Amino acid sequence: MSEEKKDVIFKVHNLKTWFPITKGAFKKVVGHVKAVDDVSLEVYRGETLGIVGESGCGKSTLGKTLMLLEKPTGGEVLYNYDGTFKDITKFDKEETFKFRRRVQMVFQDPYSALNPQKKIYTSFEEPLKVHGVSNAQTREDVMQKVLKMVNIQPDYLMRYPHEFSGGQRQRLCIARALEVMPDVLICDEPVSALDVSIQAQVLNLMKDIQKEMNLTYLFIAHDLSVVQYMSDRIVVMYLGKIVEIADSKALYDNPLHPYTKALLSAIPVPDIHNRKKRQVLEGEVPSPINKPTGCAFHNRCPHCMEICRQVDPATIQCGEEGHMVACHLYDKKD
Amino acid sequence: MSETKSIKEMNKSSSSSLFRRNVRKFMNNKLALFGLIVVLVITIACIVGAVMGIDYSTPNLPQMKKPPSAEHLFGTDTIGRDLLARVLYGGCYSILVGVFCAVLSSVIGAVLGALAGYFGGRVDKFIVRLSEIFQAFPQLVLVMMLVAILNKRGLGNLLFIFVITGWMTTFRMVRNEFMSLKSETYVKVCEAFGMSKSNIMFKQVLPNVMSPIIVSTTTNVAFFILQEAALSFIGLGVTDATPTWGNILNAAKSLSVVTDQWWIWVFPGLAISLFVLAINFLGDGLRDVLDPKQQ
Amino acid sequence: MDTKEIILDVKKLNTSFISDRKEVKIVKDVSFQLKRGTALAVVGESGCGKSVTMNSIMRFTGANARVTAENIQYNALKDGKIIEHHLEKIKKPNGPEMRALRGPDLSMVFQDPMSSLNPVYKVGDQVAESLIQHFGMKKKEAREKVLEMFRKLGIPDPEARIDCYPHQFSGGMKQRVVIAIAMICNPELIICDEPTTALDVTIQAQIMELLKGLQINEGKSIVLITHNMGLVAEMADEVCVMYMGRVVEFGSLEDIFDHTSHPYTQALLRSVPVLGLADGQKLETIPGTTPNPADLKGGCDFADRCPFATDACRKGSIPAYEISPGHRVRCIKYNNFPEVD
Repeated sequence: MSEEKKDVIFKVHNLKTWFPITKGAFKKVVGHVKAVDDVSLEVYRGETLGIVGESGCGKSTLGKTLMLLEKPTGGEVLYNYDGTFKDITKFDKEETFKFRRRVQMVFQDPYSALNPQKKIYTSFEEPLKVHGVSNAQTREDVMQKVLKMVNIQPDYLMRYPHEFSGGQRQRLCIARALEVMPDVLICDEPVSALDVSIQAQVLNLMKDIQKEMNLTYLFIAHDLSVVQYMSDRIVVMYLGKIVEIADSKALYDNPLHPYTKALLSAIPVPDIHNRKKRQVLEGEVPSPINKPTGCAFHNRCPHCMEICRQVDPATIQCGEEGHMVACHLYDKKD
Repeated sequence: MSETKSIKEMNKSSSSSLFRRNVRKFMNNKLALFGLIVVLVITIACIVGAVMGIDYSTPNLPQMKKPPSAEHLFGTDTIGRDLLARVLYGGCYSILVGVFCAVLSSVIGAVLGALAGYFGGRVDKFIVRLSEIFQAFPQLVLVMMLVAILNKRGLGNLLFIFVITGWMTTFRMVRNEFMSLKSETYVKVCEAFGMSKSNIMFKQVLPNVMSPIIVSTTTNVAFFILQEAALSFIGLGVTDATPTWGNILNAAKSLSVVTDQWWIWVFPGLAISLFVLAINFLGDGLRDVLDPKQQ
Repeated sequence: MDTKEIILDVKKLNTSFISDRKEVKIVKDVSFQLKRGTALAVVGESGCGKSVTMNSIMRFTGANARVTAENIQYNALKDGKIIEHHLEKIKKPNGPEMRALRGPDLSMVFQDPMSSLNPVYKVGDQVAESLIQHFGMKKKEAREKVLEMFRKLGIPDPEARIDCYPHQFSGGMKQRVVIAIAMICNPELIICDEPTTALDVTIQAQIMELLKGLQINEGKSIVLITHNMGLVAEMADEVCVMYMGRVVEFGSLEDIFDHTSHPYTQALLRSVPVLGLADGQKLETIPGTTPNPADLKGGCDFADRCPFATDACRKGSIPAYEISPGHRVRCIKYNNFPEVD
């Protein structure tokens, strides 16, 4: 990322998305699944922000909350409307509907993302109709345009989803999300359901489209190598909290948080000569219902200290500009 | 403009190939094909008979209790009416009762099921309780009550009772389907595009539930015909003036008829059994064709 | 090689499925040998027939499958003696002969730990089941064995965990239980079908460590089915790359990674994102999509996606060439090397 002025498109402050757990006939709330717990971050226009973490870390919920598909419990999400920031969590129905033309989403499973009973044409036409493109000719023009971007012949539109392979389906899903000309595309595990030989096709295509349309990507995935390939900056999440934010390169060269280090070391590398000594994390991710006190990672952390068990570490800047980490190991250095 | 047309017109053949494949699959299912043919033949015969205005109601006492002959193919009943005419005319009513009730109860069940399954929570709870209340009422008692209240027997009563007590099976099926379908990604996609809830429910999700609804409607037709027959047999159905298959059978309540005039009950009984059997074959065949899990 | 060294010898295995009255060949002329105490990785994309190959060997294929083979020989080593089993000659896929082998000799770990366990039985009983079945052990005896196995596999607090139900376990722990089931009868050969695909990377690392330990410390032979080249590099001694039901490349780890020869293997290795790619470096893509096995023409199945494809690639069947001892490649680029079958 260049140093000159960064145009912020999303500002997230202390965002919380909790799901209540109810019990008994009277729906007494007995606890919360803290899927997203006190997350703050900024997204810059035109960048790809990767969000990585293991299952249950809240990365998908974060994406859905930014998309207003989940209702946040607290905090605010500011979206840049040509210079003025509006809190999207306070939007009414009308504003939410309009917001959907700014931010769109690509989902994980391309096999169920297209209605099996409808022709692709219908699935493509509906969003445009809903968003007030009443002229059939205009609709077709838009469809032609987005299909060209994902290299799919327009006459394929009259087919049913089952006639397409996974990669083609995901390309269709991307094309459909682009129909409303959004600024931001939230991609929730867009390639994890695809074959390895197809993943690169889709990833490269997404990069090309980003350049062409000056899109901002929020790229959510569990596979750090894919995220690193796609992103300018990476957010590492663990149990609903951000543990580290860094430039993609910095995160790989100089990971700070013990969890990031473990994550990097856990990824098997297809290289038989430079085998690194793997650092295997003990134990498993605790349940997001009963989070450990203090740092959520302390029970698996090889550097756990007394303070980690009690105090939740604050997110501080460490090292270069924009490298944020939430870990007590780096407390004293500042 | 030319390009516009090309998209829609291109591959028209391929888009209908799914339908054609289903038809071929259905044709290969001999039992289902048999069912379809029998259902069509009986229905057409009944309608043609009714349209031609055959005489089914004038008693002809000298001709009573005549066994089947060239003049009266199915014989005559206890007061000399031609049984073939009565079976054909009664078929119209029986099939009407079956089809009308099945379709209407499916519509009610589908709409309520969609609402309950899609919204969940309180809406779901309320509708489920409602369906349980309706299920707890014995149909027979309801019919008797209505007859007592209105003090008349008629087709309307029957249809009304059948519909309001018959929608629960479809309802529960549609509700379960909706509950599992609403977590499908394409529903999320529609939400992400800000589509309205009714649009998502009825235009996006409902088509995916259509096949089981069609199948259950078909089998419900058979069910309602049998119900009508049972109620008419015990004299709670349609008035004697309008014949239905069950109504004709009513005559067979007397032992002498059962033992001596076999044709009076065999032919309407055969009509019911054949039609119901055929409908069930048809329903099974449709299930095989439409169920995506078996493809 | 003699039968002491080779534990599994498969020759010309063919499996086809019959659907809609059409026969679709899924596995074609697959041959490989597995050396005792080593790990073989079978790599390929979904639909390449890697799982079907292993299921055919274990005879887990359904009623609509037809399995034929010249030879599927399993050499059991019991008390220093070799017992040869010819699996292809066993008639009934679920008959007593096959059942006797599954568990004490061959066992399998499946991809999805969530559905591999029966939710209504305690995990301990599920693990003990085959001990009671195969060795006629008493319940108490079996329980001791299970506890021992749980300890060995690193399941914490085994005394309490043995009486838990599967839903009380996390994904990684469930997979450990599944491995415990596979290991409890002390089999010689464990076939792992994508054992970590459903798990997180940190848990994947734990499970892989565990499997590697079983191979090195206990001399188990392992077949690892996977699509992840990283796991292959870490786990395998030999690699078998499959595409559209055929073995396209077979060789040692060094053969595959240092002397990658088949265009498909090359493309596969280059199209997967790895950590630490330079800025702006683009991944290579394999053009096109995996063809449908029902409408394959003759010739090399990869020809349509291959950058080196010539007309000769699309004709006849492509034999495998041995380009160095033990390194076989099914590609006519190498037709100056000796042909092998």
